[in-house]
Amino acid sequence: MNAFKKIKNSANQFAINWARFVIKNKWYVFVSAVALTTVLGLQGVMKFDGDYHVFFSKSNPELEAFDALQEKYTKDDNVILVLSPKNKNVFTKENLTAIEELTTEAWNTPYSSRVDAITNFQYTRAEYDDLYVDDLSYDSANKTDSEIGAIRDVALNEPMLVSRIINPEGSVTAINITVNLPGEDSALEVPEVMNSIRKMTSEFQKNHPQFQIHISGMVPLTTAFFEASMKDMALTGIMLLIVILTTFILTRNFQSTLATLLVVLFSIVSTLGFVGIMGIKLTPPSSVFPTMILTLAVADSIHILITMLQKIRKDGMDRYGALIESMRLNFMPVFITSLTTVIGFLTMNFGDVPPFWDLGNIVAFGMTMAFLYSTTALPAVMAILPFKKVEKRDASGTSWFNFDSYLGLSSLVIRQPITVAVISLAIIGGLTYLSTKNSFNDEFINYFDKTVQFRSDTDYISDNLTGVYNVEYSIGSGESGGINNPEYLNKLNDFENWLYEQPEVIHVNAFSEVARRINKSMHSDDDAFYKIPDSREEAAQYLLLYELSLPFGLDLNNQINVDKSETRVTVTVKNLDSPSMIAFARRGEDWLRNNTPEYMHAIGVSPMLMFSKLGFRQADSMFTGNIIALVLISLVLMLALRNFKLGLLSLVPNVAPVLVGFGVWALYKAQINTGMVIVFGMTLGIIVDDTVHFMSKFLRARREYGHSPQRAVEYAFQTVGKALVTTTIVLLSGFAVLSTSSFALNSYMARITVVIIIAALIIDFLLLPALLILTSPIKKARKRYTSVLFYR
Amino acid sequence: MKNVLFTVVLSLALYTVSQAQDRGLEIAQAAEKADLGFKSSASNLKMVLKNKNGQVSERALEVRTLELVEDGDKSLIIFSSPKDVKGTSTLTFTHKNGPDDQWLYLPSIKRVKRISSNNKSGPFVGSEFAYEDLSSQEVEKYTYKFLREENNYLVVEQYPVDPKSGYTRRVVTYNKDAGYRIETIAFYDRKNALLKTLTYSGYKLYKNNFWRAAKLNMVNHQSKKETVLEFLNYDFDVNLTDDDFTQNALRRN
Repeated sequence: MNAFKKIKNSANQFAINWARFVIKNKWYVFVSAVALTTVLGLQGVMKFDGDYHVFFSKSNPELEAFDALQEKYTKDDNVILVLSPKNKNVFTKENLTAIEELTTEAWNTPYSSRVDAITNFQYTRAEYDDLYVDDLSYDSANKTDSEIGAIRDVALNEPMLVSRIINPEGSVTAINITVNLPGEDSALEVPEVMNSIRKMTSEFQKNHPQFQIHISGMVPLTTAFFEASMKDMALTGIMLLIVILTTFILTRNFQSTLATLLVVLFSIVSTLGFVGIMGIKLTPPSSVFPTMILTLAVADSIHILITMLQKIRKDGMDRYGALIESMRLNFMPVFITSLTTVIGFLTMNFGDVPPFWDLGNIVAFGMTMAFLYSTTALPAVMAILPFKKVEKRDASGTSWFNFDSYLGLSSLVIRQPITVAVISLAIIGGLTYLSTKNSFNDEFINYFDKTVQFRSDTDYISDNLTGVYNVEYSIGSGESGGINNPEYLNKLNDFENWLYEQPEVIHVNAFSEVARRINKSMHSDDDAFYKIPDSREEAAQYLLLYELSLPFGLDLNNQINVDKSETRVTVTVKNLDSPSMIAFARRGEDWLRNNTPEYMHAIGVSPMLMFSKLGFRQADSMFTGNIIALVLISLVLMLALRNFKLGLLSLVPNVAPVLVGFGVWALYKAQINTGMVIVFGMTLGIIVDDTVHFMSKFLRARREYGHSPQRAVEYAFQTVGKALVTTTIVLLSGFAVLSTSSFALNSYMARITVVIIIAALIIDFLLLPALLILTSPIKKARKRYTSVLFYR
Repeated sequence: MKNVLFTVVLSLALYTVSQAQDRGLEIAQAAEKADLGFKSSASNLKMVLKNKNGQVSERALEVRTLELVEDGDKSLIIFSSPKDVKGTSTLTFTHKNGPDDQWLYLPSIKRVKRISSNNKSGPFVGSEFAYEDLSSQEVEKYTYKFLREENNYLVVEQYPVDPKSGYTRRVVTYNKDAGYRIETIAFYDRKNALLKTLTYSGYKLYKNNFWRAAKLNMVNHQSKKETVLEFLNYDFDVNLTDDDFTQNALRRN
C-alpha cells in the first residue's frame, strides 16, 4: 500500500514540478517549442506518389506475379481515349479522318510505345498469293462511301476490335495509348503524360466538336490518386476552422483558442518535418494525416484548458495555480490517452499496405509531438498570455449540456442494470452477427466517388464500350518456340472459347486468335481455314511472315515473349466485385489445370486482382496487429486502473464498438474496403479513453469514498460525462470532415469510425455502468486508494 | 538598307542550312562510294535477343547481298534456326525511290508470298531491329543535315523520306578515316525521343576495301530490350548473280 502511495505522490509531484518549471521558464519553453517546430518544419517536404503500385508491399505475391508478366512482355500503362461522335456513327469520312488524325497525334504522347485505334488496326487480307497487312483506314479523307462501308463491315466483324476498340453498334470507339513510364519519378512522368493528353484532346475537341471524349486508363488512375491526395490534404483547412470553433465554443476563451491553435499547428508542422526526414511520399490514405492529427491533438489541449478554466471560474483560483492544478490532474490521463492512440496507430505497420504504414507512423509521431507541445508549449502560452481575472461563478460557465440528462441516464442504468445490460448485449450480438455479412470489395475505380471525373469517365466506358477490369494469364508452351505447336495453339484456342462462354467475359485477347486469322489469310481468306494451322512449321512460318508485315509499335511483343515460349491472354471482364473477381480468376486457373498439360498452367494476374486480394491480405496481416494492440492497450488499462478484473471487463466496451460499427456498416453498404481494415487498431486507441475515464472515476468513488456501485456510477457520470461528450464531439467533427473525402479508402474509414466513436460513447454510458454494477461485490468495498494515474 | 541587311542575314542563314544539308549528303554519298564495288557477299549471322531480365533467345540466319548501282541492292535472308522456320527465306529488292519489294518463301507450304511492304518499321522477327534498319542503306531514302565533326568522326542527322518510317530522325556517326564506316546510329521515334542506339564493333577490312563489323548491338532505351547481331563470317568471293535473287531462287534454298 505504501508503495502505491509513493508512486502516487511521485507522479503527482512530477506533474506539479513539470508545471512549475514550465511556468517559471515560460518564455524559454515557448521559444524552444517554436525553435523545435522551425527546425523540424524546415525539413518538411511534401511529395506525392500516385502510382497504384504504392498500395502493394514489395513482397506482395500478386504484385510480383504481375510485374513478372509485364517484364516478360511489355509494361502496359495506358491512357484510353473514348470518342463518341454525336451522329452515333464512327464510320463516316469526317469521323474516320478525325480519328486517324488523333491517332497520329497520340504517337507524340511522352513515353508512348504503342497506339491502337480503329484506323491503324492491322487488317490482314489475302490477294492472290500476296498477304496484305495494312492500316484498316489509311488516308481516310480520300475514301469513297463504299470503301468506308467495307471498313465498317470489317471492323464490326473483327473479334480483335469489337468490345475493345469499338462497340458492336459502331457508335463509340477508343484510342488506346500504351506508355512505358521509366518509373523513376511518377510525380513528374505522370503529369507530363496527362498534360500532353489533355492538351491534345482539348485541341481535338476544338477542331472536331462532333466528338465527346472520355479519358480513362492506368495513367489517369494514377492522376486521380494524385488529385485525391491533394484534395484530402485540403480538408485540413476545414478541420482547422472546426478546431478553432470547437475550442472557442467549449472554452469561451480567446487565449485558450489561440493556445490550442498553436499546439495543433506546431504538431502538424513538426510532423511535416518528420515526413520530409523519412522521405515519405504521400498517397491518398496517408495524406489525411494533418486532419487526423488536428482531431486527436486538440483533445489533449481541451482537457487541460477546460480544467484550468474551471479552476479559475468555478473555484476562483489564480491563473498559475489553476494551471498547475490542471497539469497535476491531466498530465497522466493525457499521457495515457496519447500512449494508447500511438499504440493503435503503430499497429498499422502490421498490415500489408504501405500507405497505411506511413499513415500510422506519421500520426503516431504527430501524436507524440502533440503530447509534448500540450504539456509544454500550451501551459507556457497560457502563462504568457494576459488573463483577465474572472469573477467566481456558481455554475460551470462553460457547460452547455444539460446536466440532468446524465443523471437521467445514470438513474436508468442504476434502476435497471440487468435490463440495460441484456438489451445492450442483445443489440451488440445482433450487430456482431450482421458484421460478418460484410464482404470485401476493392474495385479501385469505385474508390473514387461519382464527383470525380475519372470515375464518371470510366463508368461511361464500361457502360458503352468495354470493361475496365481484366485478368491476364501468361501461358507457357514448355519449350522455346513452342507457341507454334498446334497442340499448344489448340489448347489455347479451347481456353479462349471457354473464356468467351463465361458470363463475366467481355473480350479475350489471345494469340490463338492471331494464329487463326493468319491461317485464314494464307488460304485466300477462306473461312474454312479460320482455325489453328495443322503443323508447327506452318504456324511458325506464318507467324514469321505476319511479324515481318507489322509496322512500328504494333508488333506482337506485347503478347509473345522473346523466346516464343509463352503467350499472354488478356481477358476483359465486366465490373465485378472483389470476391467475384477472385473467383473468376480462380475458375480460369482451374480450367487450365483440368484441361491442359502442366506447362500451360498459369495464375491470373492484373491490377484489379491485386486490389481484390489486398483487402483479404490486409485483414489477415492486421489480425496479429489488432491482437497485439488489444493486449497492449488492455495492459496499459490494467496498470492505469490497477485492477485486473476491470481491465478484463474493459475488453467489452473496447471491442464492442468496432463490432457495432461493422454491423451498422452491413446495413449501410455491406461492402468494406482495405482502408477499413485498420479501424480496429486505430479506434481502439481512441475509444479506450472513454472507458478509462469512466472506470477510473467509478473506482475512485468505490475506493476513496466507499460508495456503493450504484452511487459510484452516478459519480462517474457527474464527473466525466461532459468531458467524454466533449472529446467525442471533437473526434466526430474530425472524422466527419474526413468522411466527405471523394476517395473511398478514406471516406469509408472515416464513416465507420464515426459510427464506432458514437457506439463507444453509448456503450460507455449504458452497458459499461450496467456491467460495473452487476459485477461489483454487493458488500461495501473497503476504502482504498484509487488509480495512481487518475485524479480528477 | 534594313531590307538589304535582312536579306543578307536570311540568305546567310539559308546558306548555312543548305551547306549543312549538302555536307550531310556528301558524307552519305562518300560512304556509299567507299563501299562501291563489293559486287556480292554472303555471311552467316547469329541473332541474340535479350529482354529486360536478361532472358535470351537465339536465331541463326544467312544473308546474301547483290550490289546494284542503278537501283538499290538485292538481298536474300535465309533462316536456319529455330527449327520450325528453317528454310524460310525473304527476298528483298530495295529501291532508291518508292517502297521496296519483298517476298517470303514458306517451306511448309512450298509457296512464295509477297509481303505488302508499306510496313517496314516493325521489328524484324521480334528483335529490336526494324526491317528498315537492316535493309540496304540507300542515299535517296533520307535527307541530311551535317551536325559536327569530332576528330575523325562525322556526325550527320538523317531524316527518313518514307512517311511510314518509325523514326523522325537518326543521328549517324561516320568514321572519316576508315572508309566512312558507320560507328553508331541513334534512332529517334515519332515523338522525337531517343528510342534505340546501334553500335557497330569488331570492324575488319575485307579485300583491302570493305569495312564490315563483326557485331551490331541494338539497345532499346525505352523497353530496355537488346538485340545483338553477330556476323560469323563474310564471303566476298561468292560471285552471286541476278539469277540467285529471284522467286525461283527463293524456293531453291
